[in-house]
Amino acid sequence: MSYQLIDTGNSRSFPAAHALLDGASASGEVVVLIGADAGSALNDVTARAERAAILVELGTESLGTHTGESRGTEGSNVLGFARFRLGDGNPSDLVELVRQPATPDSAIAAARAVLEGAGLKVAVCGDFAGRIIDRLIRPYYNASLRRLDEQLATADDLDLTLRLGLGYPEGPISLLERTGLAHHYDVTSALFETLGTPDYAPARRAVVAKRRAGKGFK
Amino acid sequence: MSTIKTVGVAGAGTMGAGIAIVAARAGFRTILYDTRQDTLDRARRQTEGFFAKSVQRGKLTAEAVETIMGNLIGTTDIAAMAECDVVIEAIFEDLKVKHGLFSDLNAVCPPHTIFASNTSTLSITEIAGGSGRPERVVGMHFCLPAQLMKLIEMSPGLTTSPEVFDAAWKFAEAMGQRPVKTKDNPGFILNYFLVPFNNDAIRMVEAGVAEPADIDRAIKAGLGYPMGPLELLDLIGLDTQLLLCEALHGVTNDPRAACPPLVKRMIAANHLGRKTGRGFYTYEKDAMFGG
Ligand SMILES: NC(=O)c1ccc[n+]([C@@H]2O[C@H](COP(=O)([O-])OP(=O)(O)OC[C@H]3O[C@@H](n4cnc5c(N)ncnc54)[C@H](O)[C@@H]3O)[C@@H](O)[C@H]2O)c1
Repeated sequence: MSYQLIDTGNSRSFPAAHALLDGASASGEVVVLIGADAGSALNDVTARAERAAILVELGTESLGTHTGESRGTEGSNVLGFARFRLGDGNPSDLVELVRQPATPDSAIAAARAVLEGAGLKVAVCGDFAGRIIDRLIRPYYNASLRRLDEQLATADDLDLTLRLGLGYPEGPISLLERTGLAHHYDVTSALFETLGTPDYAPARRAVVAKRRAGKGFK
Repeated sequence: MSTIKTVGVAGAGTMGAGIAIVAARAGFRTILYDTRQDTLDRARRQTEGFFAKSVQRGKLTAEAVETIMGNLIGTTDIAAMAECDVVIEAIFEDLKVKHGLFSDLNAVCPPHTIFASNTSTLSITEIAGGSGRPERVVGMHFCLPAQLMKLIEMSPGLTTSPEVFDAAWKFAEAMGQRPVKTKDNPGFILNYFLVPFNNDAIRMVEAGVAEPADIDRAIKAGLGYPMGPLELLDLIGLDTQLLLCEALHGVTNDPRAACPPLVKRMIAANHLGRKTGRGFYTYEKDAMFGG
Protein backbone atom coordinates (compact mmCIF):
# COMPACT_ATOMS: atom_id res chain seq x y z
CA MET A 1 0.00 0.00 0.00
CA SER A 2 1.48 3.36 -1.02
CA TYR A 3 1.68 6.13 1.56
CA GLN A 4 2.63 9.73 1.84
CA LEU A 5 4.60 11.06 4.82
CA ILE A 6 4.23 14.49 6.35
CA ASP A 7 6.95 15.23 8.92
CA THR A 8 6.36 18.17 11.27
CA GLY A 9 9.69 17.59 13.02
CA ASN A 10 10.83 16.15 16.36
CA SER A 11 9.01 12.85 16.04
CA ARG A 12 9.30 10.74 19.21
CA SER A 13 8.37 7.63 17.26
CA PHE A 14 10.92 8.12 14.49
CA PRO A 15 13.96 9.98 15.83
CA ALA A 16 16.28 8.12 13.43
CA ALA A 17 16.28 6.41 10.03
CA HIS A 18 13.57 3.76 9.68
CA ALA A 19 11.99 1.63 6.96
CA LEU A 20 8.71 3.52 7.43
CA LEU A 21 10.39 6.80 6.50
CA ASP A 22 12.23 5.23 3.57
CA GLY A 23 9.15 3.60 2.10
CA ALA A 24 7.07 6.76 1.68
CA SER A 25 6.13 8.18 -1.74
CA ALA A 26 5.02 11.63 -2.93
CA SER A 27 1.37 10.69 -2.81
CA GLY A 28 -0.52 7.63 -1.63
CA GLU A 29 -3.72 5.96 -0.41
CA VAL A 30 -2.56 6.39 3.17
CA VAL A 31 -1.09 9.49 4.82
CA VAL A 32 1.23 9.25 7.81
CA LEU A 33 1.66 12.41 9.87
CA ILE A 34 4.59 12.37 12.26
CA GLY A 35 6.28 14.82 14.59
CA ALA A 36 5.40 16.89 17.60
CA ASP A 37 2.80 18.84 15.63
CA ALA A 38 1.32 15.94 13.66
CA GLY A 39 -2.24 16.64 14.85
CA SER A 40 -2.26 20.21 13.56
CA ALA A 41 -0.99 19.04 10.16
CA LEU A 42 -4.21 17.09 9.72
CA ASN A 43 -5.74 20.22 8.17
CA ASP A 44 -3.03 20.23 5.49
CA VAL A 45 -4.01 16.79 4.15
CA THR A 46 -5.73 17.09 0.78
CA ALA A 47 -8.60 14.84 -0.34
CA ARG A 48 -9.04 13.61 3.23
CA ALA A 49 -12.22 11.66 2.63
CA GLU A 50 -10.71 9.63 -0.20
CA ARG A 51 -7.78 8.31 1.80
CA ALA A 52 -7.82 4.69 3.00
CA ALA A 53 -6.39 5.86 6.30
CA ILE A 54 -4.72 8.91 7.82
CA LEU A 55 -2.36 8.19 10.72
CA VAL A 56 -1.60 10.88 13.25
CA GLU A 57 1.32 10.45 15.64
CA LEU A 58 0.14 11.05 19.19
CA GLY A 59 1.92 12.13 22.35
CA THR A 60 0.00 11.65 25.59
CA GLU A 61 -3.12 13.28 24.13
CA SER A 62 -6.25 11.50 22.88
CA LEU A 63 -6.95 11.14 19.16
CA GLY A 64 -10.21 13.00 19.81
CA THR A 65 -8.19 16.16 20.49
CA HIS A 66 -7.50 16.28 16.74
CA THR A 67 -10.64 14.75 15.27
CA GLY A 68 -13.29 16.09 17.61
CA GLU A 69 -15.78 13.77 19.32
CA SER A 70 -19.53 13.28 19.18
CA ARG A 71 -21.31 11.42 21.96
CA GLY A 72 -19.45 8.14 21.47
CA THR A 73 -20.26 7.85 17.76
CA GLU A 74 -17.00 9.40 16.53
CA GLY A 75 -14.75 7.51 14.15
CA SER A 76 -13.42 8.05 10.62
CA ASN A 77 -10.46 7.17 8.47
CA VAL A 78 -8.24 9.14 10.88
CA LEU A 79 -6.34 6.95 13.38
CA GLY A 80 -3.81 7.78 16.05
CA PHE A 81 -0.56 5.95 16.60
CA ALA A 82 2.69 6.02 18.54
CA ARG A 83 5.66 3.73 18.69
CA PHE A 84 6.07 2.77 22.33
CA ARG A 85 9.11 4.43 23.83
CA LEU A 86 10.21 4.96 27.42
CA GLY A 87 11.74 8.39 27.98
CA ASP A 88 15.20 8.62 26.43
CA GLY A 89 15.24 4.92 25.53
CA ASN A 90 15.09 3.79 21.91
CA PRO A 91 11.63 3.36 20.40
CA SER A 92 10.40 -0.26 20.46
CA ASP A 93 8.97 -2.04 17.43
CA LEU A 94 5.53 -1.86 18.96
CA VAL A 95 3.01 0.59 17.57
CA GLU A 96 -0.17 1.30 19.46
CA LEU A 97 -2.80 2.05 16.81
CA VAL A 98 -5.68 4.11 18.18
CA ARG A 99 -9.22 3.75 16.90
CA GLN A 100 -12.49 5.39 17.86
CA PRO A 101 -15.85 3.64 18.36
CA ALA A 102 -16.97 4.05 14.72
CA THR A 103 -13.59 3.73 12.98
CA PRO A 104 -14.17 1.49 9.92
CA ASP A 105 -12.32 -1.85 9.83
CA SER A 106 -10.99 -0.94 6.38
CA ALA A 107 -9.08 2.05 7.82
CA ILE A 108 -7.56 -0.14 10.54
CA ALA A 109 -6.56 -2.74 7.93
CA ALA A 110 -4.90 -0.10 5.72
CA ALA A 111 -3.01 1.41 8.66
CA ARG A 112 -1.90 -2.03 9.80
CA ALA A 113 -0.65 -2.90 6.31
CA VAL A 114 1.55 0.22 6.16
CA LEU A 115 2.98 -0.23 9.67
CA GLU A 116 3.56 -3.98 9.41
CA GLY A 117 5.03 -3.45 5.96
CA ALA A 118 7.73 -1.35 7.65
CA GLY A 119 8.51 -4.18 10.09
CA LEU A 120 6.55 -2.81 13.04
CA LYS A 121 4.22 -4.78 15.31
CA VAL A 122 0.74 -3.41 15.82
CA ALA A 123 -1.57 -3.49 18.83
CA VAL A 124 -4.98 -1.89 18.29
CA CYS A 125 -6.58 -0.02 21.17
CA GLY A 126 -9.38 2.41 21.87
CA ASP A 127 -8.84 6.13 22.45
CA PHE A 128 -8.09 5.79 26.18
CA ALA A 129 -5.64 7.75 28.32
CA GLY A 130 -2.29 5.98 28.28
CA ARG A 131 -3.41 3.62 25.50
CA ILE A 132 -2.23 0.10 26.46
CA ILE A 133 1.29 0.15 27.81
CA ASP A 134 1.49 3.41 29.72
CA ARG A 135 -1.91 2.79 31.23
CA LEU A 136 -0.75 -0.60 32.47
CA ILE A 137 2.83 0.04 33.57
CA ARG A 138 2.80 3.51 35.14
CA PRO A 139 1.00 2.38 38.32
CA TYR A 140 3.50 -0.48 38.59
CA TYR A 141 6.43 1.94 38.18
CA ASN A 142 4.95 4.30 40.76
CA ALA A 143 4.45 1.40 43.16
CA SER A 144 8.05 0.24 42.74
CA LEU A 145 9.35 3.77 43.41
CA ARG A 146 7.17 4.03 46.52
CA ARG A 147 8.23 0.63 47.77
CA LEU A 148 11.86 1.62 47.31
CA ASP A 149 11.22 4.58 49.64
CA GLU A 150 9.62 2.20 52.13
CA GLN A 151 12.66 -0.11 51.92
CA LEU A 152 10.77 -3.19 50.90
CA ALA A 153 14.14 -4.22 49.44
CA THR A 154 17.20 -2.52 47.96
CA ALA A 155 16.91 -1.15 44.41
CA ASP A 156 19.13 -3.95 43.09
CA ASP A 157 17.16 -6.63 44.90
CA LEU A 158 13.82 -5.23 43.69
CA ASP A 159 15.11 -5.32 40.12
CA LEU A 160 16.69 -8.74 40.50
CA THR A 161 13.53 -10.22 42.00
CA LEU A 162 11.36 -9.05 39.12
CA ARG A 163 13.90 -10.22 36.54
CA LEU A 164 14.42 -13.66 38.05
CA GLY A 165 10.84 -14.17 39.20
CA LEU A 166 8.98 -12.92 36.13
CA GLY A 167 11.58 -12.95 33.38
CA TYR A 168 11.43 -9.20 32.81
CA PRO A 169 14.48 -8.07 30.80
CA GLU A 170 15.16 -5.22 33.20
CA GLY A 171 13.89 -4.26 36.65
CA PRO A 172 11.74 -1.12 37.08
CA ILE A 173 14.26 0.95 39.02
CA SER A 174 17.13 0.52 36.59
CA LEU A 175 14.75 0.94 33.63
CA LEU A 176 13.45 4.27 34.93
CA GLU A 177 16.94 5.46 35.77
CA ARG A 178 18.20 4.56 32.32
CA THR A 179 15.34 6.18 30.42
CA GLY A 180 14.85 9.18 32.71
CA LEU A 181 12.70 9.48 35.83
CA ALA A 182 11.63 12.99 34.81
CA HIS A 183 9.95 11.49 31.71
CA HIS A 184 8.04 9.13 33.98
CA TYR A 185 6.84 12.20 35.86
CA ASP A 186 5.56 13.76 32.63
CA VAL A 187 3.69 10.69 31.41
CA THR A 188 2.18 9.67 34.71
CA SER A 189 1.10 13.27 35.44
CA ALA A 190 -0.69 13.40 32.09
CA LEU A 191 -2.48 10.15 32.96
CA PHE A 192 -3.30 11.37 36.44
CA GLU A 193 -5.07 14.39 34.98
CA THR A 194 -7.53 12.09 33.22
CA LEU A 195 -7.66 9.01 35.45
CA GLY A 196 -7.29 10.69 38.82
CA THR A 197 -6.55 7.62 40.95
CA PRO A 198 -3.60 7.72 43.38
CA ASP A 199 -1.74 4.97 41.51
CA TYR A 200 -1.15 7.39 38.62
CA ALA A 201 0.04 10.24 40.84
CA PRO A 202 3.77 10.63 40.21
CA ALA A 203 5.82 8.95 42.94
CA ARG A 204 8.03 11.12 45.12
CA ARG A 205 11.24 10.10 43.37
CA ALA A 206 9.79 11.13 40.01
CA VAL A 207 8.75 14.51 41.45
CA VAL A 208 12.28 15.02 42.73
CA ALA A 209 13.80 14.11 39.36
CA LYS A 210 11.43 16.47 37.55
CA ARG A 211 12.20 19.41 39.87
CA ARG A 212 15.93 18.83 39.62
CA ALA A 213 15.73 18.57 35.83
CA GLY A 214 13.84 21.89 35.88
CA LYS A 215 16.74 23.46 37.75
CA GLY A 216 19.21 22.06 35.26
CA PHE A 217 20.58 19.34 37.60
CA LYS A 218 21.01 15.79 36.45
CA MET B 1 28.90 -22.52 55.81
CA SER B 2 25.62 -24.12 56.56
CA THR B 3 25.33 -26.49 59.51
CA ILE B 4 22.16 -27.88 58.06
CA LYS B 5 22.42 -31.53 57.02
CA THR B 6 18.89 -32.86 56.91
CA VAL B 7 16.07 -30.93 55.27
CA GLY B 8 12.37 -31.56 55.77
CA VAL B 9 9.77 -30.49 53.24
CA ALA B 10 6.15 -30.60 54.38
CA GLY B 11 3.59 -30.86 51.58
CA ALA B 12 4.39 -32.84 48.42
CA GLY B 13 2.20 -30.84 46.06
CA THR B 14 3.28 -28.58 43.19
CA MET B 15 5.71 -26.54 45.25
CA GLY B 16 6.83 -29.09 47.84
CA ALA B 17 7.85 -31.66 45.23
CA GLY B 18 9.97 -29.01 43.47
CA ILE B 19 11.54 -27.74 46.69
CA ALA B 20 12.49 -31.30 47.68
CA ILE B 21 14.27 -31.66 44.32
CA VAL B 22 16.23 -28.46 44.98
CA ALA B 23 17.34 -29.62 48.44
CA ALA B 24 18.19 -33.19 47.43
CA ARG B 25 20.02 -32.08 44.28
CA ALA B 26 22.23 -29.84 46.42
CA GLY B 27 23.31 -32.88 48.45
CA PHE B 28 21.07 -32.56 51.50
CA ARG B 29 19.38 -35.58 52.97
CA THR B 30 15.77 -34.66 52.30
CA ILE B 31 12.59 -35.94 53.90
CA LEU B 32 9.37 -35.14 52.08
CA TYR B 33 6.29 -35.37 54.28
CA ASP B 34 2.64 -35.30 53.22
CA THR B 35 -0.52 -36.63 54.85
CA ARG B 36 -1.42 -38.39 51.60
CA GLN B 37 0.50 -41.38 50.23
CA ASP B 38 -0.86 -40.88 46.69
CA THR B 39 0.61 -37.36 46.63
CA LEU B 40 3.98 -38.72 47.75
CA ASP B 41 3.82 -41.39 45.03
CA ARG B 42 3.07 -38.76 42.40
CA ALA B 43 5.92 -36.57 43.63
CA ARG B 44 8.26 -39.57 43.42
CA ARG B 45 7.20 -40.29 39.82
CA GLN B 46 7.59 -36.64 38.83
CA THR B 47 10.98 -36.44 40.51
CA GLU B 48 12.24 -39.56 38.74
CA GLY B 49 11.02 -38.13 35.42
CA PHE B 50 12.70 -34.80 36.12
CA PHE B 51 16.06 -36.36 36.96
CA ALA B 52 15.83 -38.72 33.97
CA LYS B 53 15.68 -35.60 31.78
CA SER B 54 18.60 -34.04 33.68
CA VAL B 55 20.64 -37.13 32.79
CA GLN B 56 19.49 -37.03 29.15
CA ARG B 57 20.55 -33.41 28.90
CA GLY B 58 23.92 -34.16 30.43
CA LYS B 59 23.33 -32.01 33.50
CA LEU B 60 23.71 -34.90 35.93
CA THR B 61 25.24 -38.37 35.71
CA ALA B 62 23.16 -41.48 36.35
CA GLU B 63 25.32 -42.19 39.42
CA ALA B 64 24.70 -38.70 40.82
CA VAL B 65 20.96 -39.18 40.38
CA GLU B 66 21.14 -42.53 42.15
CA THR B 67 22.83 -40.87 45.13
CA ILE B 68 20.30 -38.01 45.14
CA MET B 69 17.32 -40.38 44.98
CA GLY B 70 18.86 -42.44 47.79
CA ASN B 71 18.92 -39.31 49.93
CA LEU B 72 15.32 -38.37 49.18
CA ILE B 73 12.77 -40.05 51.38
CA GLY B 74 8.99 -39.75 51.32
CA THR B 75 6.89 -40.30 54.42
CA THR B 76 3.39 -39.89 55.82
CA ASP B 77 4.75 -40.18 59.37
CA ILE B 78 5.43 -36.80 60.94
CA ALA B 79 7.74 -38.46 63.52
CA ALA B 80 10.28 -38.91 60.72
CA MET B 81 10.79 -35.13 60.74
CA ALA B 82 12.62 -35.43 64.10
CA GLU B 83 15.91 -35.63 62.21
CA CYS B 84 15.48 -32.33 60.35
CA ASP B 85 17.64 -29.25 60.92
CA VAL B 86 15.20 -27.20 58.88
CA VAL B 87 11.63 -27.84 57.70
CA ILE B 88 10.20 -25.92 54.75
CA GLU B 89 6.44 -26.08 54.68
CA ALA B 90 4.54 -25.93 51.38
CA ILE B 91 1.10 -27.12 52.51
CA PHE B 92 -2.29 -25.47 51.93
CA GLU B 93 -2.36 -21.67 52.06
CA ASP B 94 -4.38 -21.49 55.26
CA LEU B 95 -3.16 -19.98 58.53
CA LYS B 96 -4.96 -22.52 60.74
CA VAL B 97 -3.62 -25.46 58.76
CA LYS B 98 -0.09 -24.06 58.90
CA HIS B 99 -0.39 -23.44 62.67
CA GLY B 100 -1.56 -27.03 63.09
CA LEU B 101 1.41 -28.42 61.17
CA PHE B 102 3.99 -26.28 62.94
CA SER B 103 2.69 -27.03 66.43
CA ASP B 104 2.85 -30.75 65.61
CA LEU B 105 6.36 -30.31 64.22
CA ASN B 106 7.33 -28.28 67.28
CA ALA B 107 6.60 -31.33 69.42
CA VAL B 108 8.55 -33.67 67.12
CA CYS B 109 11.63 -31.63 66.08
CA PRO B 110 14.61 -30.73 68.27
CA PRO B 111 14.81 -27.15 69.56
CA HIS B 112 17.39 -26.04 66.97
CA THR B 113 15.23 -26.91 63.94
CA ILE B 114 14.35 -23.89 61.79
CA PHE B 115 10.83 -23.64 60.42
CA ALA B 116 10.51 -22.00 57.01
CA SER B 117 7.27 -21.17 55.25
CA ASN B 118 6.76 -20.99 51.49
CA THR B 119 3.54 -18.97 51.95
CA SER B 120 2.69 -16.56 49.13
CA THR B 121 0.29 -14.25 50.94
CA LEU B 122 0.18 -14.99 54.68
CA SER B 123 2.24 -13.09 57.24
CA ILE B 124 5.38 -14.80 58.48
CA THR B 125 4.87 -13.18 61.88
CA GLU B 126 1.33 -14.58 62.10
CA ILE B 127 2.49 -18.05 61.07
CA ALA B 128 5.31 -17.80 63.62
CA GLY B 129 2.80 -16.84 66.32
CA GLY B 130 1.20 -20.30 66.23
CA SER B 131 4.39 -22.32 65.79
CA GLY B 132 5.57 -22.66 69.38
CA ARG B 133 8.98 -21.24 68.38
CA PRO B 134 8.34 -17.80 66.89
CA GLU B 135 12.01 -16.78 66.92
CA ARG B 136 12.92 -19.71 64.63
CA VAL B 137 10.39 -19.12 61.83
CA VAL B 138 11.39 -17.49 58.55
CA GLY B 139 9.79 -16.84 55.17
CA MET B 140 11.29 -18.66 52.17
CA HIS B 141 9.16 -18.02 49.13
CA PHE B 142 10.21 -20.13 46.15
CA CYS B 143 8.94 -19.50 42.61
CA LEU B 144 7.03 -21.92 40.43
CA PRO B 145 8.50 -24.23 39.09
CA ALA B 146 10.77 -24.43 42.13
CA GLN B 147 13.14 -27.00 40.61
CA LEU B 148 14.02 -24.54 37.81
CA MET B 149 13.68 -21.08 39.37
CA LYS B 150 16.64 -19.78 41.36
CA LEU B 151 14.93 -16.98 43.26
CA ILE B 152 13.88 -17.22 46.91
CA GLU B 153 12.26 -14.19 48.55
CA MET B 154 13.35 -14.35 52.18
CA SER B 155 11.71 -12.45 54.97
CA PRO B 156 12.10 -12.36 58.72
CA GLY B 157 8.96 -11.94 60.82
CA LEU B 158 8.87 -9.46 63.70
CA THR B 159 9.93 -12.23 66.07
CA THR B 160 12.56 -13.97 63.92
CA SER B 161 16.03 -13.94 65.46
CA PRO B 162 18.77 -12.51 63.22
CA GLU B 163 20.89 -15.66 63.70
CA VAL B 164 18.07 -17.83 62.40
CA PHE B 165 17.52 -15.59 59.40
CA ASP B 166 21.24 -15.69 58.68
CA ALA B 167 21.38 -19.48 58.95
CA ALA B 168 18.37 -19.82 56.63
CA TRP B 169 19.99 -17.41 54.15
CA LYS B 170 23.19 -19.48 54.06
CA PHE B 171 21.12 -22.62 53.67
CA ALA B 172 19.36 -21.06 50.65
CA GLU B 173 22.72 -20.29 49.10
CA ALA B 174 23.98 -23.79 49.90
CA MET B 175 21.02 -25.12 47.88
CA GLY B 176 22.35 -23.14 44.92
CA GLN B 177 19.48 -20.63 45.07
CA ARG B 178 19.57 -16.84 44.90
CA PRO B 179 17.98 -15.41 48.06
CA VAL B 180 16.67 -11.84 48.09
CA LYS B 181 15.88 -10.12 51.36
CA THR B 182 12.47 -8.54 51.72
CA LYS B 183 10.03 -7.70 54.46
CA ASP B 184 7.16 -9.64 56.00
CA ASN B 185 4.84 -7.73 53.77
CA PRO B 186 1.72 -9.01 51.96
CA GLY B 187 2.85 -10.64 48.71
CA PHE B 188 6.53 -9.92 49.47
CA ILE B 189 7.92 -8.42 46.25
CA LEU B 190 6.67 -10.54 43.36
CA ASN B 191 3.04 -10.97 44.24
CA TYR B 192 2.84 -7.48 45.68
CA PHE B 193 3.60 -6.15 42.20
CA LEU B 194 2.18 -8.91 40.03
CA VAL B 195 -1.33 -9.39 41.44
CA PRO B 196 -2.40 -5.72 41.04
CA PHE B 197 -0.61 -5.49 37.67
CA ASN B 198 -2.59 -8.46 36.39
CA ASN B 199 -5.79 -6.97 37.81
CA ASP B 200 -5.08 -3.75 35.92
CA ALA B 201 -4.78 -5.77 32.70
CA ILE B 202 -8.10 -7.49 33.44
CA ARG B 203 -9.75 -4.10 34.06
CA MET B 204 -8.45 -2.92 30.68
CA VAL B 205 -10.19 -5.85 29.00
CA GLU B 206 -13.30 -5.10 31.05
CA ALA B 207 -13.21 -1.42 30.03
CA GLY B 208 -12.72 -2.28 26.36
CA VAL B 209 -9.37 -0.50 26.09
CA ALA B 210 -8.10 -3.33 23.87
CA GLU B 211 -8.55 -7.04 23.13
CA PRO B 212 -6.50 -9.50 25.25
CA ALA B 213 -4.30 -10.43 22.29
CA ASP B 214 -3.51 -6.76 21.59
CA ILE B 215 -2.66 -6.11 25.24
CA ASP B 216 -0.37 -9.14 25.39
CA ARG B 217 1.30 -8.28 22.08
CA ALA B 218 1.91 -4.69 23.23
CA ILE B 219 3.46 -5.75 26.53
CA LYS B 220 5.69 -8.39 24.94
CA ALA B 221 6.86 -6.34 21.95
CA GLY B 222 6.99 -3.00 23.79
CA LEU B 223 8.69 -4.14 26.98
CA GLY B 224 10.24 -7.51 26.14
CA TYR B 225 8.27 -9.40 28.80
CA PRO B 226 8.29 -13.15 28.09
CA MET B 227 4.50 -13.40 28.47
CA GLY B 228 1.62 -10.99 28.30
CA PRO B 229 -0.48 -10.54 31.47
CA LEU B 230 -3.57 -12.25 30.07
CA GLU B 231 -1.68 -15.31 28.81
CA LEU B 232 -0.02 -15.46 32.21
CA LEU B 233 -3.40 -15.25 33.98
CA ASP B 234 -4.70 -18.14 31.87
CA LEU B 235 -1.71 -20.14 33.11
CA ILE B 236 -2.11 -19.09 36.76
CA GLY B 237 -5.86 -19.77 36.60
CA LEU B 238 -8.60 -17.21 37.24
CA ASP B 239 -9.68 -19.11 40.38
CA THR B 240 -6.16 -18.74 41.79
CA GLN B 241 -6.13 -15.06 40.88
CA LEU B 242 -9.32 -14.62 42.92
CA LEU B 243 -7.68 -16.25 45.95
CA LEU B 244 -4.56 -14.09 45.56
CA CYS B 245 -6.72 -10.96 45.32
CA GLU B 246 -8.75 -11.87 48.38
CA ALA B 247 -5.62 -12.56 50.39
CA LEU B 248 -3.82 -9.38 49.35
CA HIS B 249 -6.75 -7.01 49.31
CA GLY B 250 -7.89 -8.39 52.67
CA VAL B 251 -4.71 -7.09 54.29
CA THR B 252 -3.73 -4.09 52.17
CA ASN B 253 -7.08 -2.64 51.08
CA ASP B 254 -5.24 -1.47 47.97
CA PRO B 255 -7.98 -0.90 45.35
CA ARG B 256 -5.71 -2.31 42.64
CA ALA B 257 -5.55 -5.61 44.56
CA ALA B 258 -9.35 -5.92 44.67
CA CYS B 259 -10.65 -8.67 42.42
CA PRO B 260 -12.13 -7.24 39.18
CA PRO B 261 -15.76 -8.30 38.60
CA LEU B 262 -14.81 -9.93 35.29
CA VAL B 263 -12.80 -12.57 37.18
CA LYS B 264 -15.88 -13.67 39.08
CA ARG B 265 -17.94 -13.83 35.88
CA MET B 266 -15.25 -15.90 34.19
CA ILE B 267 -15.11 -18.29 37.15
CA ALA B 268 -18.91 -18.64 37.03
CA ALA B 269 -18.62 -19.52 33.32
CA ASN B 270 -15.83 -22.03 34.09
CA HIS B 271 -13.40 -19.97 32.02
CA LEU B 272 -10.58 -20.62 34.46
CA GLY B 273 -7.76 -20.52 31.91
CA ARG B 274 -5.68 -23.30 30.39
CA LYS B 275 -6.90 -25.92 32.81
CA THR B 276 -10.50 -25.68 31.54
CA GLY B 277 -9.53 -24.98 27.93
CA ARG B 278 -10.80 -21.44 28.05
CA GLY B 279 -9.89 -18.21 29.78
CA PHE B 280 -8.97 -15.02 27.97
CA TYR B 281 -8.01 -17.33 25.11
CA THR B 282 -9.37 -20.65 23.89
CA TYR B 283 -7.08 -23.67 24.06
CA GLU B 284 -7.19 -27.01 22.38
CA LYS B 285 -4.82 -29.33 24.21
CA ASP B 286 -1.71 -27.18 24.62
CA ALA B 287 -1.95 -25.11 21.45
CA MET B 288 -3.11 -21.55 21.79
CA PHE B 289 -5.80 -19.95 19.67
CA GLY B 290 -6.79 -16.32 19.27
CA GLY B 291 -3.25 -15.09 19.93
N1 LIG C 1 1.64 -22.84 43.29
C1 LIG C 1 2.41 -21.74 43.26
O1 LIG C 1 2.61 -21.11 42.21
C2 LIG C 1 3.06 -21.26 44.51
C3 LIG C 1 4.21 -20.45 44.41
C4 LIG C 1 4.86 -20.04 45.57
C5 LIG C 1 4.35 -20.39 46.80
N2 LIG C 1 3.21 -21.16 46.90
C6 LIG C 1 2.75 -21.55 48.25
O2 LIG C 1 3.18 -22.87 48.50
C7 LIG C 1 2.24 -23.56 49.33
C8 LIG C 1 1.81 -24.84 48.63
O3 LIG C 1 1.25 -24.54 47.38
P1 LIG C 1 1.05 -25.67 46.26
O4 LIG C 1 0.62 -24.95 45.03
O5 LIG C 1 2.23 -26.56 46.19
O6 LIG C 1 -0.18 -26.48 46.88
P2 LIG C 1 -0.69 -27.97 46.54
O7 LIG C 1 -2.14 -27.99 46.83
O8 LIG C 1 -0.21 -28.41 45.20
O9 LIG C 1 0.06 -28.89 47.62
C9 LIG C 1 -0.20 -28.84 48.99
C10 LIG C 1 0.14 -30.20 49.58
O10 LIG C 1 0.14 -30.09 51.01
C11 LIG C 1 -0.40 -31.28 51.55
N3 LIG C 1 -0.89 -30.96 52.90
C12 LIG C 1 -1.96 -30.21 53.24
N4 LIG C 1 -2.05 -30.11 54.58
C13 LIG C 1 -1.01 -30.81 55.09
C14 LIG C 1 -0.55 -31.07 56.42
N5 LIG C 1 -1.18 -30.56 57.48
N6 LIG C 1 0.56 -31.79 56.56
C15 LIG C 1 1.22 -32.29 55.48
N7 LIG C 1 0.83 -32.08 54.22
C16 LIG C 1 -0.27 -31.35 54.03
C17 LIG C 1 -1.48 -31.67 50.59
O11 LIG C 1 -1.79 -33.06 50.68
C18 LIG C 1 -0.85 -31.29 49.24
O12 LIG C 1 -0.14 -32.37 48.69
C19 LIG C 1 1.14 -22.55 49.62
O13 LIG C 1 1.42 -21.91 50.84
C20 LIG C 1 1.26 -21.58 48.45
O14 LIG C 1 0.79 -20.29 48.79
C21 LIG C 1 2.59 -21.61 45.77
